[in-house]
Amino acid sequence: MTEEVIVARGLTKVFNRNLVAVDHVSFSVKHGEIFGFLGPNGAGKTTTINMLITVLKPTEGTASVLGYDVVKQANEVRRVIGVVPQEYTADEDLTGYENIILCGDLYGIPREVSRKRAVELLELVELTDFKDKRVETYSGGMRRRLELACGLINRPRVLFLDEPTLGLDVQTRTATWNYIKRLKEEYDMTVFMTTHYLEEADTLCDRIAIIDYGKIIVAGDPEELKHSLGGDIITISIKEDADISNIIRSIENVKEVKNENGSYRIKVESGELTAPLVIEALRRNGYTVTRLSLTEPTLNDVYLEYTGRSMRDTEESKEAFRAHRMTIRRARAR
Amino acid sequence: MSSVNEYHPSLIRGLWALTVRELKKWLNDPVMLLMLVIQPLIWMGLLGKSMNLGAMFSASNLGEIQVPEKIPIPGSYVIPPTSGIIYVSGTMFSQIIQQTVSDIGPNVMRNIFGVTDYFSYMSIGMISMIVMTTTMFSGMSIVWDRRLGFLDKVLSTPVPRGAIIFSKVLNATLRAMLQATIILFLAMIFGLQLSPSFTLFNILGVYAAIFLLSVGLSSVFLAFSIRSTRLERPMQFISLITMPLMFASNTLFPISLMPDWLQAVAYVNPLSYLTDALRQLTILALNPSKLITDFIYLGFFAAVLSSIGIMLSWRYLSK
Ligand SMILES: Nc1ncnc2c1ncn2[C@@H]1O[C@H](COP(=O)(O)OP(=O)(O)OP(=O)(O)O)[C@@H](O)[C@H]1O
Ligand SMILES: [Mg+2]
Repeated sequence: MTEEVIVARGLTKVFNRNLVAVDHVSFSVKHGEIFGFLGPNGAGKTTTINMLITVLKPTEGTASVLGYDVVKQANEVRRVIGVVPQEYTADEDLTGYENIILCGDLYGIPREVSRKRAVELLELVELTDFKDKRVETYSGGMRRRLELACGLINRPRVLFLDEPTLGLDVQTRTATWNYIKRLKEEYDMTVFMTTHYLEEADTLCDRIAIIDYGKIIVAGDPEELKHSLGGDIITISIKEDADISNIIRSIENVKEVKNENGSYRIKVESGELTAPLVIEALRRNGYTVTRLSLTEPTLNDVYLEYTGRSMRDTEESKEAFRAHRMTIRRARAR
Repeated sequence: MSSVNEYHPSLIRGLWALTVRELKKWLNDPVMLLMLVIQPLIWMGLLGKSMNLGAMFSASNLGEIQVPEKIPIPGSYVIPPTSGIIYVSGTMFSQIIQQTVSDIGPNVMRNIFGVTDYFSYMSIGMISMIVMTTTMFSGMSIVWDRRLGFLDKVLSTPVPRGAIIFSKVLNATLRAMLQATIILFLAMIFGLQLSPSFTLFNILGVYAAIFLLSVGLSSVFLAFSIRSTRLERPMQFISLITMPLMFASNTLFPISLMPDWLQAVAYVNPLSYLTDALRQLTILALNPSKLITDFIYLGFFAAVLSSIGIMLSWRYLSK
């Protein structure tokens, strides 16, 4: 079970001769894993996926899927993978069922087989009641699920998911995670996915790589990554407008202090033991603590640790950006 | 686990699946279908019926002819010749003139247009017009496929790249054929006169001619639009060239009456050859040598343009 299903070595994509979207990325994904690419807007996630699914040719470097080279054996790769793109690509003017059958045809699956699979898959993603409705009338969550079903019609051994829950509400997102896990087990697949949701990477992925500006910054098991930061994080705000970094730094067991928009992130060995000391020290120096919270490290902390930026900052604008983009596309599609 | 490699995508399967998708999109849209019928109707009704060239040669168009009551004629003009002067009735004389003019009309029409009614002539011209625009527009649908990510998804499947390209071409051709059939049918309802030599077999010739022009034009337009992410560019290009192509051809008016420079353009314009082939096969008494010339030119046009277009598109898709 340690077979390496996806291997990328120095994978690079340069657009228009000067925009390095993916910069010498190397990683490998083992059989049966859910491997996640975590990164903000424009980090190069989609570009990486597009190279792996043979839609884009790498400028440099190599990659293989199940031992097939993505450039030299592109056709073999295409036959064993399933793709769920970031965008909703189903044909709006066809019904959900027709879309799945169309995908089946593109893989050369005989109609008897694809019809049976389509019914199964629609059941699985709970779209049976809507199968004869035009995709135009589907909600975002339904479209996502339809894309998922389309991506599975050829019983892929490796499934590529590009931001599978982008733009979905929290409930639908959780439901989608469950689908993905169940499908993975059911079809014995290896999954490569991208996401910019920290929570998604944390709960869904067995291993992640954090990517920023086209480079992998750090990779590993989410739990390990969080632990590698060592210890807990105390976040504290004070009433006064003053720099208290030095006071905190002098406290025993404080590893690091970062001023993040007026609140201080304090990295400590054990939050429970150190928090009282921090409050005590501040009071002694005449400051009033207004807020204090104690957290175990999250992937955001991991991201922050390695990039010096918070990933949450990018999340809000990303959502707005996507909504905007979809609206434009729809409007133009009329 | 079960083998995943058991199925092989074939060119024909993929081609058909992608073509059916496009035709379905098109046929599912009732407004589109209505437009399809209305557009040629407007053209034929307005242009074909309003420019009633045949009716120009009617006696009532001569206006008031001033004829004296009695017309003197020298006896030497009478058969057999007599001497002196004889008189004929003015009313009878004007009746003769009117009769002659009405008889000349159809002759002039037949010599210039090949048929006596302009409506038939123009309707067939309309068919080639619609074939041309439909073909150019349907090649453009790839812009949408690209923009909406559909193309990338298709490219990630093992379907032969050729199927993607040919499906666009085939779709354009089938649409053009369907439209041509509808217009021909409508024109017949509104008075198009088929030539006595017309047989159902000729319809095959009509489709073959349409096929050749469509394949050539749609391939080039595909290659052109596959590179642009915006619809505006190909759209503008189409509106830029349709009018000139239509007027610099025999679509609405015979080439022989055009000035020399325009004739030169019309003689290389593939639309002229399509229109002539269609007329030969439907409303004219078939002239085999002219028809063969038409088909040779159309075949040449299709071969050259589709090679260029398909090659360019292929290069783009396998980039
Ligand atoms: N076809 C293209 N031509 C030029 N530049 C491109 C192209 N595709 C992507 N880029 C650029 O490459 C960079 C990485 O884009 P990519 O789509 O891979 O990011 P991403 O991580 O998927 O982002 P998102 O979360 O927004 O989907 C961006 O700066 C983008 O502008
Ligand atoms: Mg992306």
